[in-house]
Amino acid sequence: MASMASRAAAVTITNAALDKPSHGSSVEPTSRISMAVAVDVSKFESVTMAPPDPILGVSEAFKADSSPLKLNLGVGAYRTEELQPYVLDVVKKAEKLMLESGEFKEYLPIEGLAAFNKATAELLLGADNPVIKQGRIATVQGLSGTGSLRLGAAFIQRYLPGVKVLISSPTWGNHKNILNDSGVPWSEYRYFDPTTVGLDFSGMIEDIKNATDGSIILLHGCAHNPTGIDPTAEQWGTIADVIEEKSHLPFFDVAYQGFASGSLDNDASSVRQFVARGLELFVAQSYSKNLGLYAERIGAINAVVSSSDVANRIKSQLKRLARPMYSNPPVHGARIVANVVGDPSLFDEWRSEMQLMAGRIKGVRQSLYDALSSVDENGKDWSFILKQIGMFSFTGLNKNQSDNMTDKWHVYMTKDGRISLAGLSLAKCEYLADAIIDSYYNVK
Amino acid sequence: MMEEGRKGRYTSSERRLQALVQHLSPSGSSLAGVVQMEVTASGPVGSVFEHVEQAPEDPILGVTVAYNKDPSPIKVNLGVGAYRTEEGKPVILNVVRKAEERLLADRSRYKEYLPITGLADFNKLSAKLIFGKESPALLEKRVATAQCLSGTGSLRVGAEFLAKHYFQRLVFLPAPTWGNHHKIFSNGGLTVKTYRYYDPRTRGLDYQGMVEDIRAAPSGSLILLHACAHNPTGVDPTPEQWEGLRQLIRNKRHLPFFDSAYQGFASGSLDLDALAVRSFVADGGELLVAQSFAKNMGLYGERVGSLSIVCKKEAIATHVESQLKLVIRPMYSNPPIHGASIVATILGDSELYAEWTIELKAMANRIISMRHQLHSAIQARGTPGDWTHILKQIGMFSFTGLNREQVAFMTKEYHIYMTSDGRISMAGLSSKTVPHLADAIHAAVTGLSFSRQ
Repeated sequence: MASMASRAAAVTITNAALDKPSHGSSVEPTSRISMAVAVDVSKFESVTMAPPDPILGVSEAFKADSSPLKLNLGVGAYRTEELQPYVLDVVKKAEKLMLESGEFKEYLPIEGLAAFNKATAELLLGADNPVIKQGRIATVQGLSGTGSLRLGAAFIQRYLPGVKVLISSPTWGNHKNILNDSGVPWSEYRYFDPTTVGLDFSGMIEDIKNATDGSIILLHGCAHNPTGIDPTAEQWGTIADVIEEKSHLPFFDVAYQGFASGSLDNDASSVRQFVARGLELFVAQSYSKNLGLYAERIGAINAVVSSSDVANRIKSQLKRLARPMYSNPPVHGARIVANVVGDPSLFDEWRSEMQLMAGRIKGVRQSLYDALSSVDENGKDWSFILKQIGMFSFTGLNKNQSDNMTDKWHVYMTKDGRISLAGLSLAKCEYLADAIIDSYYNVK
Repeated sequence: MMEEGRKGRYTSSERRLQALVQHLSPSGSSLAGVVQMEVTASGPVGSVFEHVEQAPEDPILGVTVAYNKDPSPIKVNLGVGAYRTEEGKPVILNVVRKAEERLLADRSRYKEYLPITGLADFNKLSAKLIFGKESPALLEKRVATAQCLSGTGSLRVGAEFLAKHYFQRLVFLPAPTWGNHHKIFSNGGLTVKTYRYYDPRTRGLDYQGMVEDIRAAPSGSLILLHACAHNPTGVDPTPEQWEGLRQLIRNKRHLPFFDSAYQGFASGSLDLDALAVRSFVADGGELLVAQSFAKNMGLYGERVGSLSIVCKKEAIATHVESQLKLVIRPMYSNPPIHGASIVATILGDSELYAEWTIELKAMANRIISMRHQLHSAIQARGTPGDWTHILKQIGMFSFTGLNREQVAFMTKEYHIYMTSDGRISMAGLSSKTVPHLADAIHAAVTGLSFSRQ
């Protein structure tokens, strides 16, 4: 480190510094306390400007754009056909109930709201799953998907030190950051096949097979982000076979349960399939999308293990990791989930609203596909848009083409070619199709 | 190394244990002597997590767990620092209720992700609260503020930022300090040391020791300071002592990191409780401050707080803020909206703000009156020793000076629940329970022949 003294000598005297007395003197500025202070360089002089988050930064850029044509297909937050954010009716009802009942705002236990933890495990596995009855699942409320993944990664770093996590190529951008900051090594398994705009299944299986025994495999439970491409049920079975054979530990990221197909049970089938085979696994859940609780930060980290004894021990250690991170999780979102799930009529209403949201996205996929097919004069097969599922679609556009989408067409998306269908309306499908066709064919 | 032929004979758990051991031992080497591990199944189905031990209950939060288990009708919970009314009940401030009603009634509100550094209005108002509206640092735009998860989250984000961007890894904590501080900083990547703070002989501040230890710390060290109402002792430096500390810290080029969890709650005055922080801002130097709204707004479970980093220049603050985002994004992406919205509503509305200061003062006054009542009750029983520290200490907690054995005795015989370091939460006391606590203290002090530390 350069000595502070020599750096202090080189510092630019700012207006603020001019007002201050130099070391040893006692000039009294009118509005300041008289004191001796050394003119000093900042301790953070060398801190550089970080680049904007690639995903969240898209929305910021969108806001700054004044074009009336602009379209925000960046962040995965659901929009109505009118392209407005959406607070679910059941959420409004639950919040009203909560305010009326006047519950206190005491600290939750470190592991979170008990009623929420029970509800979330049951939603994931099914209320009558033997794993729950046997107490073989440890559930700790976490800060949505990110926070839950972070707890899981911190646990892995401590208890499976040196074990590598394999993530799909591509995957949600923040997965790498979470693993890096947790000190967990990672590598990639093949996933997206650009030639088919589909799943590179043989590549995926090969890479999982080649990984050292006992590695951790990060899997998207449904509605893969960013591609929207999911394995079929049969393919899931093969993936489970290989994982079992290699003694790998599956770690599911479940951010779209109910939101992908419209059915909570269908969207959990991959996780339930693995659990039914007696495999141990981790699951991170999020209620950001399926209950529209984005900013409330509500989710959970679950560990399904071989015995209730192990589950209890894991839970205690997850708590030990959470306490120095944020002490205990926020109560508001947890209560909303618990209230909705705990009331049969609210739960039914939730199911309907989820089906509505999933249905709108399916409808938009169809409309986009139709528009692309009709505009495209070269007969490219755009049906992958219909085969993909969930909020996102991997268009197959490369970085330059994605830039063209933004620069020329004011369509905001991430540079990997991902568009969020949740931000697309039927009314805008034709415009988007024009933009995609132009970018795909006219930009290399 | 597993032999090919034997592979099929292992159960899946054995294979997984083998796989784990292979990760831990150098590639290709034999297992013998590297890891002492029984590679046999531990039951019908083994677990790859068999080696995970049960963690002990958190010492502070564990007190409430034990309290809840106690069937006695006369039990008293003086463990966790959560405010209780005279009736022993938690409280929702009126202004909080009003703010929540406004938020719910506002049809234009959504639940979209907040920015990574949180709700902008909240950040501005939170910074104004601690630094003062006219603070030069704010006017000069050289403060980077991020909404975080209450005090803990703000400290942790600060620690991780410092571990990445600050040259000095050492952070000095007062002895004693809040139990969670150590792990927050060590898990955050820093190395924890302590400076002398509490003097058990006087039950006050060991100012000399504090000064010596801070002076001896390597230049540029991080110094954690409790902004007011030191937890767990309740012992704060005087204004003169604060000034001495400020000069020392600046001369040593240390970087102060304030933990402000009780602004307004300690003395009843928001400005008085911020004096120490403000004096460090007024000298033009840099500092960090973690703020919590858990106690002063009663928003415990909503997890509302903020981290502010006061920098020399606006450009630096901009850079710092951008780097804070890189710390936060992989931790929880963006902070929860509800609590911050409540705080912003209250701080941003002059009527609600005024009402808040009155409710805050009432809470602070109730605690001060509990101190007086307890002191009087102890005097009345003729309990030996000097108990004036109960009056001199400030804030939610009092370091009674009782030792582990005395505390254990009080829990067992009198169902008094408190942390084993002798700390009691005055906020958990009421006029009804003061006599019972005084009885317990009296019995512990006179009945046990251990000399008090």
